[in-house]
Amino acid sequence: MYTRFIYTIGGIFAPPITSVGRFFSFFGAGVWQIFTTPFQAGKVLDHIWFIGAKSIFVILLTGLFTGMVLGLQGYYTLVTFGSEAALGGAVSLTLIRELGPVLTAIMITARAGSAMAAEIGVMRMSEQIDALLTMQINPIRFVFTPRILAAVLSFPLLTALFDVVGIFGGYLSGSLLLGMNEAVYMDKVIRSVNLADIWGGFLKSLVFALVVTTICCYRGYYSHLSQQGEFGAKGVSLATTRAVVQSCICILICDYIITFFLV
Amino acid sequence: MQTPFIQFKEVKKKFGSLAVLNGVNLSINKGEITVIIGKSGTGKSVLLKHIVGLVQEDSGQLLIQGEPLNQLPRKKALHFKKSMSYMFQDNALFDFLTVFDNIALPLVETSRVSPSVLKEKVHTRMSQLSIEGIDHKYPSELSGGMRKRVALARALVTNPEVILFDEPTAGLDPVRKKNVHNMIKEYQKKFGFTAVIVSHDIPEIFDLAQHIAFLDEGIIAFEGSKQDILHSDMKSVHGFIRGKDIRYE
Repeated sequence: MYTRFIYTIGGIFAPPITSVGRFFSFFGAGVWQIFTTPFQAGKVLDHIWFIGAKSIFVILLTGLFTGMVLGLQGYYTLVTFGSEAALGGAVSLTLIRELGPVLTAIMITARAGSAMAAEIGVMRMSEQIDALLTMQINPIRFVFTPRILAAVLSFPLLTALFDVVGIFGGYLSGSLLLGMNEAVYMDKVIRSVNLADIWGGFLKSLVFALVVTTICCYRGYYSHLSQQGEFGAKGVSLATTRAVVQSCICILICDYIITFFLV
Repeated sequence: MQTPFIQFKEVKKKFGSLAVLNGVNLSINKGEITVIIGKSGTGKSVLLKHIVGLVQEDSGQLLIQGEPLNQLPRKKALHFKKSMSYMFQDNALFDFLTVFDNIALPLVETSRVSPSVLKEKVHTRMSQLSIEGIDHKYPSELSGGMRKRVALARALVTNPEVILFDEPTAGLDPVRKKNVHNMIKEYQKKFGFTAVIVSHDIPEIFDLAQHIAFLDEGIIAFEGSKQDILHSDMKSVHGFIRGKDIRYE
């Protein structure tokens, strides 16, 4: 009876514990390979192009409209208290501390993270990962390490872009559309934002880069180990969906934890 | 008696509850072409993947020149694995790399060769396989036959001592099939590598083979030369090479 009980408990807890262990060893192996030679500069640049440069338009668009909405909502809320002058500070702090890093990470997850999971998933299903192993090429170094380096470099830069464009969006709706004094808006932006806010935002974007890239690459890399046993196209689609959903959830959880320690 | 280069000793492998290999015994000699035949789904590719380390046996032993592979010193095991190439059934070419980069990949990633030497090595293999002038094309732009040859060029570019071919002619027309067979035969003679081929091309593949093994129901049911297999009176072998299923006879 005891044996059966232990067997049942093991059956319930062993797969998730194994999965967590596999996830962290995947992450550790990928990060370790950053420091081994030869450095993969060419591949890192390719991925910076894909993760970073190709996401610029999406980031510009979402940043602009997020800033505009913040300007609009913020103005009508603040005007009821007669404090519309604080709009610049409200928009810039909201963007730099919270929305900039979070929305940038979510947008990159949707655009590049899903593509990473799908591409690596297809590599797994079409035996390209096995081919790397037979050629004595470390597959984690080949598929994951350049991506994580590229993400660590791209996320903060895209976040900065999102913040700047968002602040400009707030200016567009607050000053140009609703007639708030431009100088007051900009003055409040400059006076409200401290270096600590900017560092906090960058810290978040760095953590999100690690989280998003690891989850997306991990899901693709192990797409053949689906608990439901899906393989082929179904396995890849399931891996991609999981990568995006889990990345978004982890971004929000990590955001809360980092904010908790920063404030 | 000569020690076999690669030897399977009572190798068993299960996937979940499905037993694929039920105690395989097989010897592969150095410098020979060994062909493994058998019905689809009988574990021929699984057998091949054991040699390259993609699949681990549940029990039994895989011996390399008489020594168990999993007990070899790390350096020796690595040397053995580096001396092997594997040609996948579906080629496993990288879609995001050009033909040149696909062929050059094992050299670029595992050795430090100068760009000029790399170029020369890759182009030599490409010309030997009649695929010159397609350096900048991607695998998706090539025909099935061309892709096979690119995969073969990648397998040959490191001058391996052992090449494992998993159905190298699957999906090719009879002319291309013959070309690939001739190519393997010719290069095996020229470079002297050990070849293990999983194939369904019966009887054409027998012309290549120095040693033939028939995998049936998870065991090597028959081993021998072309003449031995053609004159075998074993029902399962006889039926298989003539395309008959003994269960329906």
